[in-house]
Amino acid sequence: MESIHLNVRSHRKRPHSSTTEPKTVQWLLIGAAMAYLTLFLMIPLGTVFYQALEKGVGVYLAAITDPDALSAIRLTLLTAMIAVPANLVFGIAASWAIAKFDFKGKNLLITLIDLPFSVSPVISGLIFVLLFGLQGWFGPWLQEHDLEVIFAVPGIVLATVFVTFPFVARELIPLMQEQGSEEEEAAIVLGASGWKTFFWVTLPNMKWGLLYGVILCNARAMGEFGAVSVVSGHIRGSTNTMPLHVEILYNEYNFAAAFAMASLLAMLALVTLVLKKIIEWKTARDLSLLDDAETAVEENG
Amino acid sequence: MKEASGLKNISVLCLISFLMVMGLLVSCGQTDTDRTLLNVSYDPTRELYADINDAFALDWKNRTGQTVSIRQSHGGSGKQARAVIDGLAADVVTLALAYDIDALASKADLLPASWQQRLPHNSAPYVSTIVFLVRKGNPKGIKDWDDLVKPGIEVITPNPKTSGGARWNYLAAWGYALKKNNGDENAAREFIQALFANVPVLDSGARGSTTTFVQREIGDVLLGWENEAYLAINELGPDRLEIVNPSISILAEPPVAWVDRIVERHKSRDLAAAYLEFLYTETGQDIAARHFYRPRLETVAARYRDRFSDIQLFSIEEVFGSWKNAQKIHFDDGGIFDQIYEDSEALPDRS
Repeated sequence: MESIHLNVRSHRKRPHSSTTEPKTVQWLLIGAAMAYLTLFLMIPLGTVFYQALEKGVGVYLAAITDPDALSAIRLTLLTAMIAVPANLVFGIAASWAIAKFDFKGKNLLITLIDLPFSVSPVISGLIFVLLFGLQGWFGPWLQEHDLEVIFAVPGIVLATVFVTFPFVARELIPLMQEQGSEEEEAAIVLGASGWKTFFWVTLPNMKWGLLYGVILCNARAMGEFGAVSVVSGHIRGSTNTMPLHVEILYNEYNFAAAFAMASLLAMLALVTLVLKKIIEWKTARDLSLLDDAETAVEENG
Repeated sequence: MKEASGLKNISVLCLISFLMVMGLLVSCGQTDTDRTLLNVSYDPTRELYADINDAFALDWKNRTGQTVSIRQSHGGSGKQARAVIDGLAADVVTLALAYDIDALASKADLLPASWQQRLPHNSAPYVSTIVFLVRKGNPKGIKDWDDLVKPGIEVITPNPKTSGGARWNYLAAWGYALKKNNGDENAAREFIQALFANVPVLDSGARGSTTTFVQREIGDVLLGWENEAYLAINELGPDRLEIVNPSISILAEPPVAWVDRIVERHKSRDLAAAYLEFLYTETGQDIAARHFYRPRLETVAARYRDRFSDIQLFSIEEVFGSWKNAQKIHFDDGGIFDQIYEDSEALPDRS
């Protein structure tokens, strides 16, 4: 993921035909890849939509406008709406600190950012139960003050923020490290303030990487199952997110409704994929413009 | 800079449309209920309580004029009890077995230890038993418990560590073996060991096992709640499945209770108690019977007599003394279930 920007460059400079393998080998490889994709991606995805619409559009619409389903959609959107901006701010702050400054414990910070990727989501959920559960550290105090964290919306948001916080930072750190801090230094030398430097120099430089991170973060925030399942309490119409609601419907033999909800999540994934492609294309174009400008300067000079 | 302003426009547009959708969703989600109640229940009661809740809400509205909305949470009985201990704010619990509610009293002091005496019939408004579900035509000829331990028969049952239904399954089998062998514990143990050697998958809850058996078509026989077996047949087609009643089985009493510490906090004791008492009324019992739970009320039981077959049922007190006892000897860490599993893993693979 982190190396797109580098990839894009090498793509562009590739000679017309760099392979020497015979055509049959090429076609064989392409065929194998396509067969694999069909088997593991197209067919399952097709099944989701087929099952969702099997009993007709009426059943489909009824399934996604059911009060419990609407509540699940609402909770999922709310969770993403809090988790994504929170991780956006955190991701920018952390990657800026790591890429542009030297300080003690920098490697420790980088390792800690990766932690949610390396622990199982179930453990992530249990951490919050151990912290905020009634038998946990803060549970009794929270109950005395009538505050609900676990088995309520705050717990779900916390668990989601936890499992999604590496996405933006992971996307930005390599990008910002590659860009270095010369441009910021120049801006400061020219008299720009810290905020001005950030908004006029740093932010435009990282915008596509940032958006890419946000999209991945959002996809995971909406799709997270394991950690959320542990802290949710599964109260229908109240603490069920979309993935949890899919499981409930499936367990209730309500297959059409389960797949209708699943199809909404799948559509979200497709939108994410399209957005991702657009961003990659935009980045490639930006870079090529930059390269062309550079070559022009070199040739003229 | 043109690029940047284009991006700004797009993101502003996205934000506005997003907020509009959110606003729409939030506004249509508001309801005008006066009071709410959370019922934390076990796996197969989803359909039962969906109907009970509607009937109770109507009844309560007629009696008091208040609108009440009852929220449900379902899962494996042991897992649900754990969640309530960890702080899931259940006004009432309706679990698969008394031991799981005992745990709320002993581990977290959420209700008095004498909770089972507060409502009639040991706080179990309906009962059930354990039966066999087989594929249509009963191709493996399964008639009684003895057929389950024959080589080559695949038995589906959930994990007794997490599922209440699974513990009833296990105890029903144990009770049968004990009766057959005149109380010889070693013989019962061998029977259970042979039975679990025939189990290819242990799901965590009763509903998971039903899906394994019916949807994934794994196994020859499903051990499960009578109500769950009838529901599976009704939902998934009588042309695919049929029920086999064993000669003898266990009287499963799924108990209910309000959780004192939580109803005090929510000021909902009256509502919670009325809700549970409603289960004992003619209407409540009738709904239970319609969902294939055996009713306690004689008048309702008479009406649904031909729905439930006459299986000889033994109670947990008769064979095991009490739930605490059964739990300690069979299911606690290092208990007979654990020992059996360790032994079977040491055995050479039967297949």
